[in-house]
Amino acid sequence: MTDTLTPVLTEPWGVDRSWTREVYESRGGYRALDTAFAMSQDDVIAAVKDSGLRGRGGAGFPTGMKWSFIPQDASTEAGRNPKYLVVNADESEPGTCKDIPLMMANPHVLVEGVIIASYAIRAHKAFIYIRGEVVHVIRRVQNAVREAYEAGHLGTDIHGSGYDLDVVVHAGAGAYICGEETALLEGLEGRRGQPRLRPPFPAVAGLYASPTVINNVESIASVPSIVGNGAEWFSSMGTEKSKGMGIFSLSGHVKRPGQYEAPLGITLRQLVELAGGMRDGHELKFWTPGGSSTPLLTAEHVDLPLDFEGMAGAGTMLGTRALQLFDETTCVVRAVLRWTEFYKHESCGKCTPCREGTWWLVQNLARLEKGQGSEEDLDLLLDQCDNILGRSFCALGDGATSPISSSIKHFREEYLAHLTHGGCPFDPARSTAWASSQQEVTA
Amino acid sequence: MTVSTSSTTGGEPRADLVTVTIDGVEVSVEPGTLVIRAAEQAGVQVPRFCDHPLLAPVGACRQCLVDVPDAGNGRGFPKPQASCTLPVAPGMVVNTQASSPVADKAQQGVMELLLVNHPLDCPVCDKGGECPLQNQAMSNGRGESRFAATNGTKRTFPKPINLSPQVLLDRERCIVCQRCTRFAAEIAGDPFIALVERGAQQQIGIAEDAPFYSYFSGNTIQICPVGALTSESYRFRSRPFDLVSTPSIAEHDSCGAAIRVDHRRGTVMRRLAGDDQDVNEEWITDKDRFAFTWAKQDDRIGYPMVREDGVLRPASWPEAFAVAARGLAAAKDAGGVGLLPGGRLTAEDAYAWSKLARTGLGTNDVDFRSRPLSAEEESFLAAHVVGSGVEGWKDGAVTYADLESARTVVLAGLEPEDEAGTIFLRLRKAHLAGPLRVLAIAPFETRGLTKVGGTLLPTAPGDEPAALSSLLGHADHGVDKDTIILVGERLGLVPGALSAAAELAAKSGARLVWVPRRAGDRGAVETGALPGLLPGGRPVADAAARVDAAAHWGVTSLPEAPGKDADAIVASAAAGGLSGLLVGGVDPDDTADPAAFRAALAAADFVVSLEVRATDVTAAADVVLPVAPPVEKAGSYVTWDGRVRPFEAVLHTPAALPDCRVLAGISEELEALGRGRRLGFRTVDEVRAELGQLGPWDGEAPAFTPVAPVTGGGEGLALATWKTLLDDGSLQDGDKHLAATARPAVVRLSPATAAQVGVADGASAVVTGDRGSLTLPVEVEASMVDGTAWVPTNSYGTAVLARLASPGSRVSVKGADQ
Repeated sequence: MTDTLTPVLTEPWGVDRSWTREVYESRGGYRALDTAFAMSQDDVIAAVKDSGLRGRGGAGFPTGMKWSFIPQDASTEAGRNPKYLVVNADESEPGTCKDIPLMMANPHVLVEGVIIASYAIRAHKAFIYIRGEVVHVIRRVQNAVREAYEAGHLGTDIHGSGYDLDVVVHAGAGAYICGEETALLEGLEGRRGQPRLRPPFPAVAGLYASPTVINNVESIASVPSIVGNGAEWFSSMGTEKSKGMGIFSLSGHVKRPGQYEAPLGITLRQLVELAGGMRDGHELKFWTPGGSSTPLLTAEHVDLPLDFEGMAGAGTMLGTRALQLFDETTCVVRAVLRWTEFYKHESCGKCTPCREGTWWLVQNLARLEKGQGSEEDLDLLLDQCDNILGRSFCALGDGATSPISSSIKHFREEYLAHLTHGGCPFDPARSTAWASSQQEVTA
Repeated sequence: MTVSTSSTTGGEPRADLVTVTIDGVEVSVEPGTLVIRAAEQAGVQVPRFCDHPLLAPVGACRQCLVDVPDAGNGRGFPKPQASCTLPVAPGMVVNTQASSPVADKAQQGVMELLLVNHPLDCPVCDKGGECPLQNQAMSNGRGESRFAATNGTKRTFPKPINLSPQVLLDRERCIVCQRCTRFAAEIAGDPFIALVERGAQQQIGIAEDAPFYSYFSGNTIQICPVGALTSESYRFRSRPFDLVSTPSIAEHDSCGAAIRVDHRRGTVMRRLAGDDQDVNEEWITDKDRFAFTWAKQDDRIGYPMVREDGVLRPASWPEAFAVAARGLAAAKDAGGVGLLPGGRLTAEDAYAWSKLARTGLGTNDVDFRSRPLSAEEESFLAAHVVGSGVEGWKDGAVTYADLESARTVVLAGLEPEDEAGTIFLRLRKAHLAGPLRVLAIAPFETRGLTKVGGTLLPTAPGDEPAALSSLLGHADHGVDKDTIILVGERLGLVPGALSAAAELAAKSGARLVWVPRRAGDRGAVETGALPGLLPGGRPVADAAARVDAAAHWGVTSLPEAPGKDADAIVASAAAGGLSGLLVGGVDPDDTADPAAFRAALAAADFVVSLEVRATDVTAAADVVLPVAPPVEKAGSYVTWDGRVRPFEAVLHTPAALPDCRVLAGISEELEALGRGRRLGFRTVDEVRAELGQLGPWDGEAPAFTPVAPVTGGGEGLALATWKTLLDDGSLQDGDKHLAATARPAVVRLSPATAAQVGVADGASAVVTGDRGSLTLPVEVEASMVDGTAWVPTNSYGTAVLARLASPGSRVSVKGADQ
């Protein structure tokens, strides 16, 4: 089954000192740059459009189309304003672990992508906004940018093309909300990270009220291979509407958790096989397709194609392809409570439904987890979710309801079992990483 | 069948309006109108908290969610939309809670969530009874709390914390709608409060070293939709449903801000901003809001007094009137009587003073200017100010709205944030909205000027005439007919400055407006409380005008001898000329020469004082006649833009008489003594009727007599000074919390001047003038002109005219330890 994998971004991860410019260049790095410079900016945008690349940050918006929204007409004020590229490297979604290892192992592919994307949208300044907690990654990207400057990949007259670009690596300050692109812009401008009112949209008035493209790390890192190998090469992978490859990060109760780069449309069954299967003696109970904000699925969904359409068809989202897998030792109520506590902790506080709703959801879930309350409280929980979903200012509030409503949908009986059992019927120790099937751990 | 157009609609339907359907009702609104306000026009009130019509939309509270099945393009929004952030589009269909179960449930859901962490302390909360959260929870929420039913635990905070010495925050009540922070950042430009923390812990905070110091901080309390913000002055003092509310006009400046006065059993408990789009919109200064306790201090005079054997003793009103009239009659015969009404009177009261001078005491020696003045100023007032903007008189005068549409506003001798807060807010609004350019002829860039995006034309005191003249055809700062020149009353003290302003306006086509400091100043000009003017702008020097006024007043003639101005009245009385003084609300320390004023009081044979509270004047008076403070009488203030702002009495205190009633009593006794003719009115309504009949003078206005500027400085530093909004003024007595928010008194120097005199920023310095010395901390101000020292005129301990320097004189500065 190994031929299911299509390592492109992850291809050099095993190479010694893969993160250095020397290694990157020795494997063909920074050559797509010249290909791009030989094309017009609009042709670069067209190539990315043709490739079918869709945003890898979760929403799946076509990347080339996003670039083409940037006003270039010099007769308008927006067209005259400077353009900015901002890379969203604030990877914070529970379960998502693709951008951080990518930047750690292969930062130059991101830098090269930044240069090509900036060239295409006619930006002369780009920002990489990296989650503040991952200091080692920030250092690595800073180093890569420094190396790129030294080699003439950044700065003025790059590769003799006459094109100038400066890149700023910016460290976040520890807020999940700053992964929301307008909150990220607020943070980048030095303000409190809270989402902005739209319109105006960032494509017209984003960073410093100027036209701005905000792309995920993986989206930008995919650009050099598209420019280098051609749009057709990219679109030959994947499914009809979800083209190309993507990094699937598997975590939880699988034997070999990690990042698996494969064409979109691969199934969980295939990925679990690649990861060596579930823990011995255990079977899959539930999983998230794209992080905790995407409604969870169960073992019956393992053969669905992992692409945007396949997941939407199952009432969930592909998200960031953060596959968290839980076996039958896991209490779904407890798992959902943990996630909900995360959202409560990370709610920025701007809008009422998310701020107050997460506060209350945690209390209600905690009661249920302790076996307190009645079946009516499940309906209350669902009604709370209904009053938050689609009522919040941004998608954080929506995401907070996903694990709850989807878990009640699939595991209502398990919630009720807590009530009849007078508490959690599971032994939490059995779900730990150090618990083996042979060795029962007693509290 | 033809449909006849109805004539009752009063005009053609406008083609540029946008028509939307809200709950099945079609409404046409201005393009860009937000759905929440379009719904109001359809008769539907969508519940809201963060929305405020004068603040930028934020969409934070989510209370105003509505269902939009058609956005105008045939497609609907899949989710309910916040109507406070959604502009209308042609053909849009909106269903509010009134017709959409989805919108209703969304609103009920948000309301329930808002109450999750809101305490149930309504019975002890100041907002209870007038609380938008309480009211809308009743109208758009559920009766029973599911949060409480599931034993929910509320988030709590220690109560309360001070955002400033005046403003308190109860964080657990806050629903973080951001109205206060948005007001502070957008309207006032004082962003000293901001959101801190996140999630349910999110709260309003201040930086430890930067409390919420703003002249407009009280507005945040008023627009808070819950009881989170309270004032030290009002907290726990009363319940809203026990209060009686009366609309009124603020008495602290010439802006005429609409206020609402709330009283309970004869005591004013608080004041709120009134809503007047043409004047103050919905904002007032903290002075207008909190400074009302002055009228209720222990030194309030409760009954008339007459001096007997050197001691003041209580007297009945009839006796006091008789004694006052006998004394004034004798003084009139001896050397004459001078009248000093002061600048805080209502127009009706000022008119009574003006008329009594002419018809009762036969003199033009009346001058409301209880502060430094000049003859140039009086000529300017007669030629350029009187009547302008007064309805039905001279049209085309400058209004608040004009400040918003002007291309350029020039400020000369005026610091709006300190001296006319409502003007400041309009200038800031215009600055944020468009290309308004503010040019300030001032000694340094004030915080207020920075907040209106203004440009400083650094000008040392005395150099204003040259600075004004230089604007004509200036390469960068040229002025034209789209310019408004606002001249403050201080400018009248600089010889030639008003002349230069008038010349600049005449040559450039710019419009020129005089902005006085006190609420009664402009009304006193209109009613002739000046030596050279009779009411309605009738010049004393014009025989026809005198005849006109005399005819209205039913007297054969009016005194034609030119009157003395306030300084001359004081000088004459001190020198034994004038024998009697009739003094209104004048603080000797406000006058050009406080010592001379006190000497005049001592020298005069007979002094009658009309005052609210005991002062140096009442202490020296032979007859003291208590008069009502504004809250206890009806009247009108005339604003800087000529707007007549009538108000009725808030408190009805039988013993408190307005000046016009007191003066009428004196005039009747004078008539009985065969001196002059009684005023002919006793009530404010009668004065208003008489003023209406009198009307304005339709003859020639006297020509302005320009004055040449005086050049040359002298030894030491020029002294720049004005009164800050909050200072030691007696109309701020009694609210220590308000006083604590005043800006500290400093002496401001330029870096070069500070270095020259050898003082450093923050050091203590002694400022010495011809009347004494003040010790103040130094503030080195980078934008300050060299060779100038700025000192607040009347902050705590800095009574400049009494204790530092005479008007226009120079001072020296040295380190306190030198």
